[in-house]
Amino acid sequence: MQIYLPIAELSVNALLILMLGGGVGFLSGLFGVGGGFLMTPLLIFIGVPPAVAVGTQANQLVGASVSGVLAHWRRNNVDVKLGLVMLSGGSLGTALGVWIFALLQALGHIDLVISLSYVLFLGTVSSLMLWESLGAMLRGRSMASRSKLHHHTWLHGLPFKMRFPRSRLYISALLPALIGFFCGLLVAIMGIGGGFLLVPAMIYILGMPTALVAGTSLFQIIFTTGIAAFLQAVGNQTVDIMLALLLLVGGVVGAQFGTRVGAKLRGEQARALLALVVLAVAVKLAVDLIVRPEDLFSITLPGGA
Amino acid sequence: MMRARHLLALPAGLLAGFMLLLALRADAWGQSLVADLSSHLIAITTGFTGTDVVLFGAVDGEGDVAVVVQGPEGEVTVRHKDRVAGIWINTDEIAFARVPAFYTVSLSSPLDGVVPPAVLQRHEIGLDYIRLAPTKKTDDAEKLAEYRAALIRNKQRMGLYTTEPGEVSFLGQRLFRTRIYFPANVPTGTYTASVFLIRDGDVVSAQTTPLLVSKIGFSANVTEFAQRQSVFYAVLSIMLAVTAGWLAGIIFRKS
Repeated sequence: MQIYLPIAELSVNALLILMLGGGVGFLSGLFGVGGGFLMTPLLIFIGVPPAVAVGTQANQLVGASVSGVLAHWRRNNVDVKLGLVMLSGGSLGTALGVWIFALLQALGHIDLVISLSYVLFLGTVSSLMLWESLGAMLRGRSMASRSKLHHHTWLHGLPFKMRFPRSRLYISALLPALIGFFCGLLVAIMGIGGGFLLVPAMIYILGMPTALVAGTSLFQIIFTTGIAAFLQAVGNQTVDIMLALLLLVGGVVGAQFGTRVGAKLRGEQARALLALVVLAVAVKLAVDLIVRPEDLFSITLPGGA
Repeated sequence: MMRARHLLALPAGLLAGFMLLLALRADAWGQSLVADLSSHLIAITTGFTGTDVVLFGAVDGEGDVAVVVQGPEGEVTVRHKDRVAGIWINTDEIAFARVPAFYTVSLSSPLDGVVPPAVLQRHEIGLDYIRLAPTKKTDDAEKLAEYRAALIRNKQRMGLYTTEPGEVSFLGQRLFRTRIYFPANVPTGTYTASVFLIRDGDVVSAQTTPLLVSKIGFSANVTEFAQRQSVFYAVLSIMLAVTAGWLAGIIFRKS
């Protein structure tokens, strides 16, 4: 069934988009990440202009995250206080990111920056995560992961210490705010929720219990993607509501299944799987950057399309 | 696709009748060329998957016919990648002014060697002769040609420029017709269909007909809403997303 997307100005197969949304939604529910790091490249691949892919993706992530959070909320797996502190930094980062996106687009380097950020951040984070989770799996169940979290570093000497009872943490509020800020930047520039960065950052830097990480990161992502979607729609008119709704319908259904399966996975298993998926995307993009492109020339229309 | 076929299945008799009328008119008014389109409006609706438009006409005698359809013009930047520190980066660019977003040419017979390049250039008949001027003057003719070729190549890949000239077929001596395909990603705007009658290596008669490509109905409303009331659109789209997510959560809780 072909359907015309009014903003992307493109005719697509509605079933294909529903399936894309469903598949990515499943992963999103499974790992507690938004799945934008998969969806944005896929949308660009099927011919959606990059600007529209990023803008629309932000909008659909809002819905997917709401649906994901509900499942975690019922299991009481959301630390609202920590989420709000992260959000304070996250909103600033998102606003700055939307501005940088427009700037890079005008300079003709947006594709390069998106690819490089993917390779750099996804590659590094996923490699570290894979290493750690494989190690945890090999060490076996006897190893209590909690004991490792409380080694003291300079991070614990930062000011504005705050108590987060739900996560049983007493840390500087600057830490979650900074993490939020950085991920907010990436939300706007890369069209991703930032979950793949948030999840490890919350586990390794903040030392949060793994069970709370997925729900809390999704909670924060609702708002950062919401801000990004709003700014992209107002500033660049790049949110295609038809595309967003199609992705959402597939995405929310997939996410519900993902969350159920995710509940059965052990923390390190889920992390290893996520790391593998992310690493695969990073490697693919790295290869694309290094291999000589088929056509050295590309064209850009002024609208960014 | 169904719609496109339907349009083409337009009773052949009716079309022939039209063409006969045109032929008569051409004689009566002393015009050597008359042509028209089967439709002057391409409506992009929610189910749009591309469409065909038939151009038909009559000439008053021997000659070749060339049909050029051009889309709305705009600035296009062509960028060139080079390997820098192991990765491919855009290093150079040339912006071209007034580039047609869409371009097709159809011929009744090949014109190369028959018509002097200067004539083809003047009327922009054929991909080699489209007027593509850089926004900033450049003296490097070789570089300009390379970027120009790249622009055309990229447009062809998007299906917006013809790769091979289409065919203008003659029915008898005087009536001709050709079919122009507009793909699903055709840009909206005002197009022109120009018909040229060529005799002895020169254009002896020409006619230009406008053609409008426009979003109609739901997709037009969405676009207009997104552009005119972007704040409201932004809020509404986010609310839709939240509602959809919420609903899915509720539905799945009960099951």
